Amino acid sequence: MSGEKKEKPRPPQEDGVVLTPEQLKRQRARSIAIASVLGFLALLFYVVTIVKLGPNVLNRPL
Amino acid sequence: MSDERASLTGPDPYAMASGGVMAGGAASAGVAAAGEGLAAPRDYFELLKPRVMSLVIFTALVGLVRAPGDVHPVIAFTALLCIAVGAGASGALNMWWDADIDAVMTRTRGRPVPSGRVTGHEALAFGLTLSAFSVVVLGLLVNALAGALLAFTIFFYVVIYTMWLKRSTSQNIVIGGAAGAFPPLVAWAAASGTVSLEPVLLFAIIFFWTPPHFWALALYRADDYARAGVPMLPVTAGPDETRLQILLYTLFLVPLAASPAFLGYAGLAYGAVSVLAGAWMIVLAVRVFRVRQGEAAVKAAKGLFGFSIVYLFALFATLLGEAVIGGLLR
Repeated sequence: MSGEKKEKPRPPQEDGVVLTPEQLKRQRARSIAIASVLGFLALLFYVVTIVKLGPNVLNRPL
Repeated sequence: MSDERASLTGPDPYAMASGGVMAGGAASAGVAAAGEGLAAPRDYFELLKPRVMSLVIFTALVGLVRAPGDVHPVIAFTALLCIAVGAGASGALNMWWDADIDAVMTRTRGRPVPSGRVTGHEALAFGLTLSAFSVVVLGLLVNALAGALLAFTIFFYVVIYTMWLKRSTSQNIVIGGAAGAFPPLVAWAAASGTVSLEPVLLFAIIFFWTPPHFWALALYRADDYARAGVPMLPVTAGPDETRLQILLYTLFLVPLAASPAFLGYAGLAYGAVSVLAGAWMIVLAVRVFRVRQGEAAVKAAKGLFGFSIVYLFALFATLLGEAVIGGLLR
C-alpha cells in the first residue's frame, strides 16, 4: 500500500435542461395563463351549477 | 443534455416525420426560430385565429339573441364561450395540418407553427384538447343538440375542409364555407334547444357569402395559392371564370340575404340595410367582373373583399339591433 487513496471517478454533473431567461419568462407566463384559465373554469362551473339548480342547491339530505 | 435541449427548442420531430403534415418550408422555418423555444401564451392565442373567432362570436351572438325563449345570461355566456373556443380549436388544428402550405404563403408564413414559435405537436394537442373541452362543456352545461352541432362544425372544418377539400378541389371554400356558417345555428340550438327555418337562413347567408368573399381575396393572392399548391378557383379555372362565379354567387346572395325581411323574420331596418348594402355588393361584383387588367383589377377585387366583410357585419348587426330594441320595447 502506497498510502495513496485512489479516487473514484465522479459521474458527470447532471445539470438537466437549462432554460434561458427568456424561456423562464415564457414558462412563467404560461403557468400564470393556465392557472387563470383553471380558476376561471372553476368559477364558471360553480356559477352555472347555482344557476341551473337555483334554490335546490341547498336541498340535500344532511 | 443537448438532445433534450434540442427537443425543447427545435422543430417538431413528430410534424416533420408525419409526411405532408409539416414539410419543406415549415421545417426550415422551425430551424430558423429554434433559438427561441417555449411558446408564449400569445402564440397559443394566435393559434385560435382571433380575428375569425371574433366574427364567429358575433354571428353566434345574433343567433343566440334572436332565438325564441329566455336563456339565462350565464348560460348564454357559457354557450358563446364554448362556440368561440370550439372555433379557435378548429383554427389551431387547421394551422397544425396546413403548416407546410402556410409556410410558403406570404399571408400566413408568420403564423405560430410555420414560424417555429409553436411546434406542430403542441398545436395538435392544444386544438384537440380545446375541441373536446368545448364540445363536452357545451353539451353538459347548455344542451346536447348544441354540443353535437358544435362537434360536427369542428369535424367539418378540420376533416372535411382542411384535410380533404382544401387541397383536392377548387370548390373547397364553397363546401367548406359551411363550417363558418354553423355558429349562429349552434347558438340558436343552445338558446332554444331546437333548429328552425330562421337560423337555417342565417346559415345560408354566411354559406353563400363565403365564395365571393374568398374568391375576391384569391384573385389577388392567386400566385400565393399556386405556389402552395392549393387549388383555389383562380388557380385552376383562371381569373375570368372566378370573376363570373363571384358575380353569380353575389346575384344569388343579395336576394337571399334580404329574404328574412320578406319572410317576416326581420324588420324594415334589416330590409333597408340588406337591399342597399346588397346593391353595393352587386356594383362591386360587376366591377370585379368587368375590370380585368392591371392595378385597377386588383383594386376592384380588394374593394369587393373589404366591403364583403362590412356587408356581412351590417346584416348581422342590424338583426342584432332589431332583436335588442324589440326586446327593450316588449
